[in-house]
Amino acid sequence: MSAIETDVAIIGAGPIGLFAVFELGLLDLKAHLVDILDRPGGQCTELYPEKPIYDIPGLPIVTGQELTDRLMEQVKPFHPTFHFSQMAAGLDRLADGRWKLKTDAGTEIIAPVIVVAAGGGSFVPKRPPIPGIEGYENRGPGAGVHYAVRKMDAFRDKNILIAGGGDSALDWTLNLAPLAKSLTLVHHRDGFRAAQHSVNQMRELVEQKKITFHVASVKALHGLHGKLEGATLQGADKQEIKVDVDAFLPFFGLTIKLGPIAEFGLNLHENLIPVDTARFESETPGIFAIGDINTYPGKLKLILSGFHEAALMAQAAFHICKPNEKLRFQYTTSSSSLQKKLGVA
Amino acid sequence: MKIVATDRKGAVHTLEGRDGWSVMEILRDAGLPVAAECGGACACATCHVYVTGDWTAKLPAKSDAETDMLDMALAVEENSRLSCQIVCGPELDGITVTIAPE
Repeated sequence: MSAIETDVAIIGAGPIGLFAVFELGLLDLKAHLVDILDRPGGQCTELYPEKPIYDIPGLPIVTGQELTDRLMEQVKPFHPTFHFSQMAAGLDRLADGRWKLKTDAGTEIIAPVIVVAAGGGSFVPKRPPIPGIEGYENRGPGAGVHYAVRKMDAFRDKNILIAGGGDSALDWTLNLAPLAKSLTLVHHRDGFRAAQHSVNQMRELVEQKKITFHVASVKALHGLHGKLEGATLQGADKQEIKVDVDAFLPFFGLTIKLGPIAEFGLNLHENLIPVDTARFESETPGIFAIGDINTYPGKLKLILSGFHEAALMAQAAFHICKPNEKLRFQYTTSSSSLQKKLGVA
Repeated sequence: MKIVATDRKGAVHTLEGRDGWSVMEILRDAGLPVAAECGGACACATCHVYVTGDWTAKLPAKSDAETDMLDMALAVEENSRLSCQIVCGPELDGITVTIAPE
């Protein structure tokens, strides 16, 4: 795959990354966005799509999903390119001064300006606090601990242990049951936050003795040299249950970890990127940080602050991307050239 | 009111609660390691605590939303609660909580 060349690569397609596309677009700067999630919105859509937000100027009440939808509508005239379900994995400086951003899916984006709008970092699966669980991760298809199922067939004829009580746990229980050698589902209560028909189907499989369900938690994993062989479950009455396990699939949703950004060579302060408040540029020239990921005196982690930061970042980014051009400050209300870019004139 | 919080290393912190604020906010403002990623919207399960002693019984019952969200928490026990859903008040003076593992 050949590298993409553009003006700005944005890490994070949350509300601030999206609004950055708008502010950059007004200045004729093109943007590519990378996000580990499979859709835009970041925390707004991943954590609280249905929850109301009350402090967006001009929108007395808006949900996380609605705000994301409105921002997507707002950036549409600028045709940003999204690289979803990819994690920004590496950042290198090229000889010509530009940056090359690499993702874990192999995408390479070359740009003079990098904007880190990554919020608290990457959404990654929650890892249960079971001693030694890391040792069973990355042990190949169908073996050890997996936080997602990529190829179902890898789990054929395996002893599978699934933990969790949400839709992912239930869906994969139903999908993998027909091809597993054995399947055990564990959850801390006899109730689920999953779709009722999935729960009913799961209970039918239990009655038909095709799968086993325990109200329990996974206390220990057993195996030799990283090859998972079994697990110890602990039920509500503290009674221990041993099960044979080739593959363990915990589904407890996502949490936020800083991730590879920590290895980008940026100067971090308590996992945040210090920036100046005129340009919102990090101490590394050409790398900007906006939204929850940055820090400066007086910083407030508010969406509205991130919007302001995006506007000032764009002005500074312009001078890096187009060093020989003069930036004319214009208002969308009165500038016919801006209105043309927005497709309204 | 006081909140007696045990952190993940076993250190005990006595904090001054504020009526009407959530226990999560008091823990977070004291610099204790509750991620509270969603900011207190009962939407992420990263402010999970164990309520210890006989305080479990004294708390109002969990809402359906809290029960559902606890399904996404790790190492859930019978005394598990989301600290963003526990509201400080004089009746909880001296409440003891232990921050759950990450």
